[in-house]
Amino acid sequence: MALLEVRDLKVHFKTDDGIVKAVDGVSYTVDRGRALGIVGESGSGKSVSSLTVMGLTRFAGNADISGSILFDGRDLLAASDEDMRELRGNDIAMIFQDPLSSLHPFYRIGDQLVEAIRAHKEDVSKAAARDRAIEMLGLVGIPEPRRRVDAYPHEFSGGMRQRVMIAMALINDPKLLIADEPTTALDVTVQAQILDLIERLQHELDTAIVMITHDLGVVAEVTDDIAVMYAGRVVEYADKETIFVGPEHPYTWGLLRSIPRLDSPRGEELVPIDGRPPSLITRPSGCAFHPRCPFVREAHTRIDPKLEPVAGRTDHDVACLLAPQTRNDLWQHLAAGEAPERARAAVPMGESAE
Amino acid sequence: MSVDATRQDTGQAAAQGDTLIEVRDLVKEFPIKGSYLVRRQLGAVHAVDGVTFDVRRGETFGLVGESGCGKSTTARLLMRLLQPTSGSVRFDGREIANLKANEIKPLRREMQMIFQDPYSSLNPRRTVGTIIGEPFAIHGMHEGKGDRKRAVQELMDTVGLNPEHYNRYPHEFSGGQRQRIGVARALALKPQLIVADEPVSALDVSIQAQVLNLLRDLQRELGLTLIFIAHDLSVVRHMCDRVAVMYLGKIVELAESDQLYSHPRMPYTGALMSAVPVADPELAATKKRQLLAGDVPSPTNPPPACRFHTRCWKAQEICRTEEPQLEPKEGGNIAACHFPLTDAEVAERVPSAHPQESA
Repeated sequence: MALLEVRDLKVHFKTDDGIVKAVDGVSYTVDRGRALGIVGESGSGKSVSSLTVMGLTRFAGNADISGSILFDGRDLLAASDEDMRELRGNDIAMIFQDPLSSLHPFYRIGDQLVEAIRAHKEDVSKAAARDRAIEMLGLVGIPEPRRRVDAYPHEFSGGMRQRVMIAMALINDPKLLIADEPTTALDVTVQAQILDLIERLQHELDTAIVMITHDLGVVAEVTDDIAVMYAGRVVEYADKETIFVGPEHPYTWGLLRSIPRLDSPRGEELVPIDGRPPSLITRPSGCAFHPRCPFVREAHTRIDPKLEPVAGRTDHDVACLLAPQTRNDLWQHLAAGEAPERARAAVPMGESAE
Repeated sequence: MSVDATRQDTGQAAAQGDTLIEVRDLVKEFPIKGSYLVRRQLGAVHAVDGVTFDVRRGETFGLVGESGCGKSTTARLLMRLLQPTSGSVRFDGREIANLKANEIKPLRREMQMIFQDPYSSLNPRRTVGTIIGEPFAIHGMHEGKGDRKRAVQELMDTVGLNPEHYNRYPHEFSGGQRQRIGVARALALKPQLIVADEPVSALDVSIQAQVLNLLRDLQRELGLTLIFIAHDLSVVRHMCDRVAVMYLGKIVELAESDQLYSHPRMPYTGALMSAVPVADPELAATKKRQLLAGDVPSPTNPPPACRFHTRCWKAQEICRTEEPQLEPKEGGNIAACHFPLTDAEVAERVPSAHPQESA
């Protein structure tokens, strides 16, 4: 059984301007010891969906949440606030993007770690909790943990603070770790250290990981499966190799072609995705990506595609109205470095699959 | 007169090799002062510590390094937004390191900056037309109202903004469009040099490529010299002709972009390249990641001799006692290192060592 199973999750916020459909029917599963990468631009709903798993959007007041989130067989949407508080930081832990604002500046690192333990296990003595805090600081690679446990957050660099956050997240041996852009604020050298650490912990402690990021390089390094989100929905879902070698959705193609890569010849033209991410209040009609899609056909502005398995595959889902053979041919041209217009001219577009 | 004539004759070839900026032993220290009771200087942050390089006319010159390495300070010294502690900066043959405040203003026509954050670098209470036209107002150009509007709308068209949006405010634009406004403002005075400090790091991935392509096209069309600062090494490789790597206020390696990324010589450069996550699962699985231990040491009290020796896996005794000089190494890189990387060591760790040939 999957450790985390999210089914048709919807999170809508009522605002003065209208209903913001931040998450609009998202489903995914994560098994023990596996890492899922959720990729998307700002406003694609990737953070809101994971905050909802943590039970952090239920207090928003204007949030309308539906669907189901099964964690270890329990429905988290039906759980009481008390139960969620018990789970949070214990069975499910989260690392945020900004390590400075996530630590309290007034309290010593050690005291904050001890609090994280004793909030969940009242019978642990302060001395034992402190020993555990020192052990965790050592595990995440803080030098001289016995001395540094008494330091204040401002005495640590950004990378070290992020390690403290990871130590705090892992201190109660969570079954699931949600990392929301954990390395975005860090230098590449520190990012490499943190990714290495997350990967090691995943394998050693069998923790399941949900990694939210916009960086395709990061997901290629640490995750097993990838969900690509656009406008509050998952538009493509597959294992990592498939997403990079045989992607099926034009948005995924766009993402892959728009980043400069160290392992491709220099001087290759970048192909930006035209336009900008859509409004979540007035979602475009039909396929939400159609205003930016170079391969759009008239029918796509009317029909809303469902996330369905790619023909002949059980582990690769895509929400696209193009015919499978057309998609395949288009990607062959794009992967060879052709511009989208040329690919479109070269491939007979046929009738769209409905 | 005769010099100018020869320059005209040789045309493009000479313009390529021509030096626009010459930086020699540039130093910037920020003093650390005590409280108001003890006004004495307690120490100094050695932000830029003896940097020497040339920027050629018409090239894109990249500066990379971890945060705190002095790349932004170097850029601000070149722009004369900061006063250098010592050293020399020659711009177009003229010494600018010691210009007085009133002498700097005409210099600004020649050099402009694009900033990182397209949200805080535009005044929210001004229309886009006023923002882009401000350089004209400051320098007394295009004084006629219709004339200025026409000039601004031309600029908007150049950077891919709709000229009809002249009267809109910054909040009505997306991040990528705001960065275009910043680019248009920088282009207004037809400068020779543009310094772009992390111009795309605040933008979404799909928008990044739009702004990068714009900068590259403009640079080619207008023959601009571009100094490009970014922490994203893939972006720097994509944009730059030559790249300098900085560590703790010093340049530790400088080379042609292709050479630097395929054959870095300084172990620090190698570690930076090796740390970049690559969007290719197969390569990510086989590549050996060279992790650097610890953090960058404090620039108030940098390590003696080679500053990188505290984190370097190739360091030996001499690295702790004798400072390596920037000198040519195998392959044409200029690097400051006693034990440069061998090709075999590079091939194992660096994803850009053998870029796949595209079909």
